Amino acid sequence: MPDDVAGVEAVFREEHGRLLATLVRGFGDLDLAEEVAADAIEAALVHWPCDGVPRRPGAWLVTTARRKAVDRLRRDQAYAARLALLCADAERADPAPATALDDEDVPDERLRLFFACCHPALPMEARTALTLRCLGGMDTPEVARLFLVPTATMAQRIVRAKRKIRDVRIPFRVPAADELADRLPGVLRVLYLVFTEGYAAGSGPGLQRLDLVDEAVRLTRILLRLLPEQREVAGLLALMLLVDARRAARVDDGGRLVLLADQDRARWDRDRIEEGRALVVRALTGGDPGPYGVQAAIAALHVEAADVETTDWPQIVALYDVLGRIAPSPSVALNRAVAVAMRDGPAAGLTLLDDLRDEPRLQGAHLLPAARADLLRRLGRAEEAAAEYRAALELVGNDAERDYLRGRLDEVTGAGRTP
Amino acid sequence: MKYMLLIYVTEPATAPDPAAMAPMMEAYENFNKAVAEAGVWISGDALQGRATATTVRVDDDGARLVTDGPFAETREILGGYYVLDVPDLDSALDWAARCPGSQNGGTIEVRPLHEFPAG
Repeated sequence: MPDDVAGVEAVFREEHGRLLATLVRGFGDLDLAEEVAADAIEAALVHWPCDGVPRRPGAWLVTTARRKAVDRLRRDQAYAARLALLCADAERADPAPATALDDEDVPDERLRLFFACCHPALPMEARTALTLRCLGGMDTPEVARLFLVPTATMAQRIVRAKRKIRDVRIPFRVPAADELADRLPGVLRVLYLVFTEGYAAGSGPGLQRLDLVDEAVRLTRILLRLLPEQREVAGLLALMLLVDARRAARVDDGGRLVLLADQDRARWDRDRIEEGRALVVRALTGGDPGPYGVQAAIAALHVEAADVETTDWPQIVALYDVLGRIAPSPSVALNRAVAVAMRDGPAAGLTLLDDLRDEPRLQGAHLLPAARADLLRRLGRAEEAAAEYRAALELVGNDAERDYLRGRLDEVTGAGRTP
Repeated sequence: MKYMLLIYVTEPATAPDPAAMAPMMEAYENFNKAVAEAGVWISGDALQGRATATTVRVDDDGARLVTDGPFAETREILGGYYVLDVPDLDSALDWAARCPGSQNGGTIEVRPLHEFPAG
């Protein structure tokens, strides 16, 4: 066991999700599982430094937590009665003896927890929060801080979600093979939302909130270990790694956004790129590609090129065509238009963007005016570009992106400062 | 656990031709058979239309207020319900998805019934 506190916390963060999932399976009750999981970890923090780390730490934690649950249910008969209503499984009343469990005998039950936390019957903001809390092992103030909401708000969100899980009996179960096609995209969406919230923070001072990015990658890795045959999980992990590989080059020393074209490619993370590329192959092999696999393939083409000019834009446009077929959305159309602009010139891209002008789902976001502004600037239509930059500035929420747009606006209006 | 499947439908302006209703009736018959065979059926009924609805409210003074029409003036109206006894929400949602009431423009709201401890 590592001596430093951060190391200990990392061990328990990893262990917490597994422990919680095992306990939830037994109790059918998330509150009780959370409470005794915390008790067991607290006990470990007391005993392990003196007595040494047990030979099977996972089994030790499960056994200790089960004993705590029995104690708790003896003390609180009303709670026990309510729990009995849930017809939870018999191991609650008959915990396995301490010596009977081996770590290899503690199966990884986290997949159940993923599907319960990401259940479509819960509001989306609760799904991300619960996933970070139950599987990421974060406490409520941490989750609140990451989503920039007051702790009380987040606590209420989590309490309500847990209450709904209990009251409507959302099951802790892995969907059958024939349900997976329906349910897995929901889990992937939650993980991707955590990632994008961290990668392109919708609001706040920093452009990126890297702890969210790291956590999304970590959780997706776990999911891929649990569902190795699911190519879209590989695709999502590939997408995250290939996008995040550009992390160090994406923001300059002053915290300002650096566009893909201007990034120092030597600062891209080669290990992540290699791992991501291997996963793209896995995601696209054997059957029709899914939307995450295709997006990962696009990201791979970006990071494989020496610069923007030699990027394989025809192939990127072709992949956006595929994406537009299997998962059409206005933002796919927007990105395709930008890729066409790179392949055929800014005028061609601008024509495609004009078609999106009345698209309701792009209203209120800075993306369309920012893209138009960029193409108009490249066409030398400075005045129109300035108007679009101003429109984008009205709508952008992220400070680093705002700085970038302002720099471009100054550039096209000749207002001195160059980015 | 018992769940109620509340079936919300949009009432057509004019009464539909009985022949046009036949496929829907057959779909409901099949569904009724399926829930009976699975042993999950507790109860279920179809309600008569919006025009038959009467709303009652008793105010704090005990005065009875009776009005014509449904409680909520929405386009969709409660058209019927099932009560099913199934292990969990996923199972209830599966049945709701199989029920004709969630298809062809209809919507089903799934709510668990309150279960009170015995004694």
